[in-house]
Amino acid sequence: MLRLSKVNKYYKVGTHSLHVLRDIEVEVADGEFVAIMGQSGSGKSTMLNILGILDEYDSGEYWLGDTLIRDLSERRSAHYRNRFIGFVFQSFNLLPFKTALENVALPLYYQGVSRRKRNVIAMEYLERVGIRDWAEHVPAEMSGGQKQRVAIARSLIGKPRLILADEPTGALDSETSKQIMELMAEINASGITVLVVTHDPEVAARTQRVIRLRDGKVVTDGDLASISNPRMPVVSEPKAEA
Amino acid sequence: MFSWDRWQEVFDTIRRNKLRTTLTCVSVAWGIFVLVFLLGLGNGLDNGMRKNFAKDATNGVWMWANKTSVPFGGYDIARRIRFENRDYDRAKQVGGIDRISGRFSAGSNRSGTIVRRNDKASSFELNACHPDALYLESHDIVQGRFISVADLTQRRKSVVLGRVPKEYLFEEGEDPIGQWIVINGVPFQVVGIYTDPAGSDQERRLYVPVSTAQLAFNGEDKLNMLQFTVGEAGPEEAKAIIDTVVGQLAERHNFDPADKQAVRVHNNIEGFARFQKLFWMIAVFVTVIGLGTLAAGVVGVSNIMMIAVKERTKEIGVRKALGATPSSIIFMIIQEAVFLTALAGLLGLAAGVGMLELASMANSDFLSNPSVDVGTGIKAALFLVGAGALAGYFPARAAARVNPIHALRDQ
Repeated sequence: MLRLSKVNKYYKVGTHSLHVLRDIEVEVADGEFVAIMGQSGSGKSTMLNILGILDEYDSGEYWLGDTLIRDLSERRSAHYRNRFIGFVFQSFNLLPFKTALENVALPLYYQGVSRRKRNVIAMEYLERVGIRDWAEHVPAEMSGGQKQRVAIARSLIGKPRLILADEPTGALDSETSKQIMELMAEINASGITVLVVTHDPEVAARTQRVIRLRDGKVVTDGDLASISNPRMPVVSEPKAEA
Repeated sequence: MFSWDRWQEVFDTIRRNKLRTTLTCVSVAWGIFVLVFLLGLGNGLDNGMRKNFAKDATNGVWMWANKTSVPFGGYDIARRIRFENRDYDRAKQVGGIDRISGRFSAGSNRSGTIVRRNDKASSFELNACHPDALYLESHDIVQGRFISVADLTQRRKSVVLGRVPKEYLFEEGEDPIGQWIVINGVPFQVVGIYTDPAGSDQERRLYVPVSTAQLAFNGEDKLNMLQFTVGEAGPEEAKAIIDTVVGQLAERHNFDPADKQAVRVHNNIEGFARFQKLFWMIAVFVTVIGLGTLAAGVVGVSNIMMIAVKERTKEIGVRKALGATPSSIIFMIIQEAVFLTALAGLLGLAAGVGMLELASMANSDFLSNPSVDVGTGIKAALFLVGAGALAGYFPARAAARVNPIHALRDQ
């Protein structure tokens, strides 16, 4: 599905540069459900941005399927984001002036699908995430959980092979978080690869594999057992970065 | 660019951001309003000036025989000069003069001519003239003809009526041509009717052949006035022509050519040229102010769009994450700017034209038919689209450079 090979990333901070990803080696197979964990500044968000073709890396290789993602034009990156990747964000990132239906339909607008057709499809996806009745509401009229469901429907509508979720439950209460993670699990069960960046061990516990980052390096990479390993205690971390 | 779907996306954004839309529109609408109103007002002033000059030929010269004020050749001052037919004949030979007429004022005063038909009688101004007077006075013949050369040589009793005496003497629907009227006791036959663009003040006269009038009203070969046009001559050339004619008159009638009183000269040429220059300056001034206001409006739109882009950083970031290409973002912003400027511009245009309509109701000598023509309207519309694109370009470029990561993190 995707492979990061010796990926390095630096951020220029003033005169010196910050080495945020060091020789990252990660391979994710089709259909995996992976959590990326780590403290603030561990590089997990940067990694997700690189995977989402929102950011560039300085050395190494990133293969998405059979495509080497490197030095793409803005146009090509936009195309890959649109066709292969779905994003779910902590703060939902819905357009406030559009209804739930229009928000969900937006990726299809950029695929050139006609308005009528994309609204029909968007309605199917709203149904799938269980908020069909909220189709004509704008985000301000919805709860956090409902907004995240809209965002998930939007990430799915382009039929992506990969969903990247950045702290998808970071702004939600624990009950809602649980429901959202159930939804993510369902999506994964339908065959889509899902990567979730999270602080929350409970969220990570819903996934099949956990990649831990510290100071830009992968420190552990394994199944659920590895995070419950008593020799690798889970450090309690702040809930949200903001 | 012309996909309906993209337009809907633009309308959607516009509809849901009413304050921004309103602010954008107001600045452009105001700019266009001021531009159109000023241009129209400028046109109105120009028309007003032309109308004022339209009562006579703009290249016309008038010479009245008067009294001397300088002793000359042994003669004392205050000697009355009278032109004769021979003066007319000589002046006619002067190069540069294209139309010329003499004028003989019958009767003791100019407004004291009694005109009678059946049981109606009134006093009108009688002009005894040569055929060219039609052009010199800028009259329009609406029925029949003007005084002809044949009238002059055969001393026919022909008369051309202005609209006012015609309406006084004749019933509505009555054909005046060929009818007889009595002027100071002498019957004349109506051969034509004229009107004048400057209005009824200029339409109160009667014209008869100068030769007939001299014979009928005891004028011998006297003329009171010479009037002529100088073709395309500018103020300098016109002055040379006038000096030549005055020189001839001075020679024949024994007065000092420098005597301003012996022959009083009036010409429109200098005045018209001066007015043209003045109005040209007003037009330039008005255009500069109007364009300046419009430019301020366009900069305003650009500014508001720039702030809008800043405000929409997150939205643009989201769109990019979802697969919007830079060009689609650029077009989205430019299209919005073009649409808003065009819409606001048309509103301003309509308001400006409406205001001009109101202004045209003010009946003033200086203002006549203030308006902008269709060509100007079309130019303004095209200009607005260009201005909109320009106003949108810089914000659009800024929008295309939005980095989705920063945008998405922007809370």
